[in-house]
Amino acid sequence: MKLIEFTTKGLYCRQADIYIDPWKKVNYAMITHGHSDHARWGHKHYLCVHSSVPILKHRLGAEMNIQGINYDETITINGVKFSFHPAGHITGSAMIRAAYKGEVWVISGDYKIENDGLAEAFEPVKCQHFITECTFGLPVYSWSPQREVIDDINRWWNGNVQNKRPSLITAYSLGKAQRILSSVDTSIGPIYTHGAIDQMNKVYKRMGISLPETTHLKNSFDQKELSKSLIIAPPSTVDSSWGKKIKNPSLGIASGWMTIRGNRRRRGGDRGFVLSDHCDWKGLLTAIKESGAQYIYPTHGNTDTFSQYLNEVGYIARPVKTEYNDNSLNETSVE
Amino acid sequence: MKSFANLFSEIDASTKTRAKVKALEKYFTHAPDQDKLWTIALFSHKRPKRTISTTLLRTWAAEVAKIPTWLFEESYHVVGDLAESISLMVYDGTYFASDKTLTNWINNIQKQRDKEEEEKKEFVIKAWKELNQKEIFLFNKLITGGFRVGVSQKLITKALAKVLNQEENQIAHRLMGNWSPDTTTFESLLIDENIHADLSKPYPFYLAYAIEEDPASLGPISDWQAEYKWDGIRSQIIKRSNEVFLWSRGEELVTDSYPEFTSLKEVAQDGFTIDGELLVIKEGEIQSFNILQKRLGRKKVSKKMLSEYPCAILAYDLLEYEGEDIRNHHLNNRRTLLKELIQKWQSESLDIPIIFSDSIDFESWEQLKSIRSTSREKHAEGLMLKHVNGVYKIGRKKGEWWKWKVDPLTIDAVMLYAQRGHGRRSNLYSDFTFAVWNEAGNLIPFAKAYSGLTDKEFGEITKFVNQNTIERFGPVRSVKPELVFEIAFEGINESKRHKSGVALRFPRIKRWRKDKPASEADTLENLKALLN
Repeated sequence: MKLIEFTTKGLYCRQADIYIDPWKKVNYAMITHGHSDHARWGHKHYLCVHSSVPILKHRLGAEMNIQGINYDETITINGVKFSFHPAGHITGSAMIRAAYKGEVWVISGDYKIENDGLAEAFEPVKCQHFITECTFGLPVYSWSPQREVIDDINRWWNGNVQNKRPSLITAYSLGKAQRILSSVDTSIGPIYTHGAIDQMNKVYKRMGISLPETTHLKNSFDQKELSKSLIIAPPSTVDSSWGKKIKNPSLGIASGWMTIRGNRRRRGGDRGFVLSDHCDWKGLLTAIKESGAQYIYPTHGNTDTFSQYLNEVGYIARPVKTEYNDNSLNETSVE
Repeated sequence: MKSFANLFSEIDASTKTRAKVKALEKYFTHAPDQDKLWTIALFSHKRPKRTISTTLLRTWAAEVAKIPTWLFEESYHVVGDLAESISLMVYDGTYFASDKTLTNWINNIQKQRDKEEEEKKEFVIKAWKELNQKEIFLFNKLITGGFRVGVSQKLITKALAKVLNQEENQIAHRLMGNWSPDTTTFESLLIDENIHADLSKPYPFYLAYAIEEDPASLGPISDWQAEYKWDGIRSQIIKRSNEVFLWSRGEELVTDSYPEFTSLKEVAQDGFTIDGELLVIKEGEIQSFNILQKRLGRKKVSKKMLSEYPCAILAYDLLEYEGEDIRNHHLNNRRTLLKELIQKWQSESLDIPIIFSDSIDFESWEQLKSIRSTSREKHAEGLMLKHVNGVYKIGRKKGEWWKWKVDPLTIDAVMLYAQRGHGRRSNLYSDFTFAVWNEAGNLIPFAKAYSGLTDKEFGEITKFVNQNTIERFGPVRSVKPELVFEIAFEGINESKRHKSGVALRFPRIKRWRKDKPASEADTLENLKALLN
């Protein structure tokens, strides 16, 4: 019996009777991070790192039974030692380590190895079995350093200010939005956000994370005010009645999928900014190497291809079917 | 290359026509003449001759990226564009500031033609090291061809007209024909006084939109002329200075493939251009498009071919007469001249396979509607409605020409295979193979189709394919036969080459029949019943 099993409800540790990021309702769930495909509603008990607790409560309801734990702190359940380690994906994201009788597993959740200055920075964790995401597990995905991408965003914003056009940038409301907010040049103009992002910013601020001043862009506003602004909105809201009220914006899309020209053209974006909260191809390979694991289980993304490659270069890899979101085409795709 | 790359980015970054034209104007004002000429050529799909095979490019790219070739191919299918895939995989984040011009790069690529493989490899890999990702993409495109940037001929024409201070019509005409930057200059193509220095130069075709409303809304029937819309190849046949040129709609000079028309050299008249439809007409009978396909794309035509599949042109318009451009004359006048011309040849018993495409007599729109419904029997796609006083315009224009096609044939079919698309549809499963049931209860594939659905629907289907793949054959996946689609097509013919025994003309997806289970899709018998 392996320490972690792949069941129809999710990743399961039988010895401790707990699930990790389950997609069906369970009694006890350990959660890697707050994105909706990993932290689902309806479990009886939740455990996540402290900085993820307010995020989960905001998304799932304050009445939910959500316990916090420190990074690197160990909790033992029926002999299995669990600990949470920074995954660098978003604020409060963790990789979960499980150890029992010398068998060590790490469940990555989502992760990125570049330090974005906002999320707790990724730390490799040694293990024998590594369950890894591979959202961008193809050699075409290669990220430029964050600084360069943000410089690009600043230049685009500046250019739009010259042309008196609002700069509308899409970013997922948890993580990406705050990452952009905390790194762009705020001297260029005022920053507005969609309500969902405004709410999430408040959650961040209550945790003591400082973010630049922003205005919640409500349903009625003065178009003229927007001409110098950067507006951050979740992807799905661009075509909503709210999004359509913004006249003649330049549309920027911040996502790893923007690597591919066809993706940007399909979404009708004026500019694609390749900015992802996941690893690129080289990042994944680095993380896998640093884990020291022999057994690799790619979950969401190009799992078949990625596994085949890992097998060729000497790992023992087996793709695992999960219900984590690997859909590049879904506008609200979690990234 | 830098200014070309900038132009490309600016065009690519915008969906707005005005911004694209502006970017083109800026480029046409500043770029060197030869670069401008190449840019026009590339954007009009005139690519330089390929000197390095894509197989070699793939191998070298995998080598440079240090990945196995199968992984390269797998990634390519996700990206959907070879030049782009290579650029993403070989670029390592470093480049040198290179100021070679576009023409310089193209010339260097052309020079590779007779080089040894090792030299070609050295040249390509050096370029990949020198350029940044976007430039590598463009460099690869210069080798592989096929720029799709969302710039129509119309936009190029508009920008050039502005910069050169000429009429758009003039520019459009000048850009026609098979000129190449190797054989002409910017000056002689676009500025020279004598537009007919190139004898073969055709006119831009006037194209029609499909009529959406009831034709009765067009007004009195006396203003309109109806003709059959023939299902062949739109063509222009030109005779100037006793030379004959045949052009197909794709701006391809195909004179040599259709020796039937060399007999035009024997007619006394000179300096004319006829617009019509190229078809196989055997013993007075118009043949299907399927038959015409046996002649298409063939460079050399055997005697047997000529006697089995003789081609002719159904002529419907005259654009040049006695050396004069008469496109500004009314349709009625142009057709009168055309008819006289052809009748003259007939009266002289000359064997010229050019036939006047008669207009249809009709008393009411209702009557015309019932005539239209018999189009398929005549191997026509429907009718063309043309205003009798209209002039011959350039490109697709609304108002005076309308196509009024018959409703397509349809069949409900089950999706059997799926393949990822290209370009805007990269990463989406968008190319499908469809099947119908045979008597034994097996699904028999009969058509491929890849258009007709929204991106959202393609997204949904992609999800389905990912979750319901049975087997993978390279980029193609066989899927659980569950989804049913209504397939529309223009015609159907028997075919021995296909397992189903039929070949469809222009199949596309009409709609997703979410209401139908696979078991209720049509049968092969239903499909074959449409043959008659």
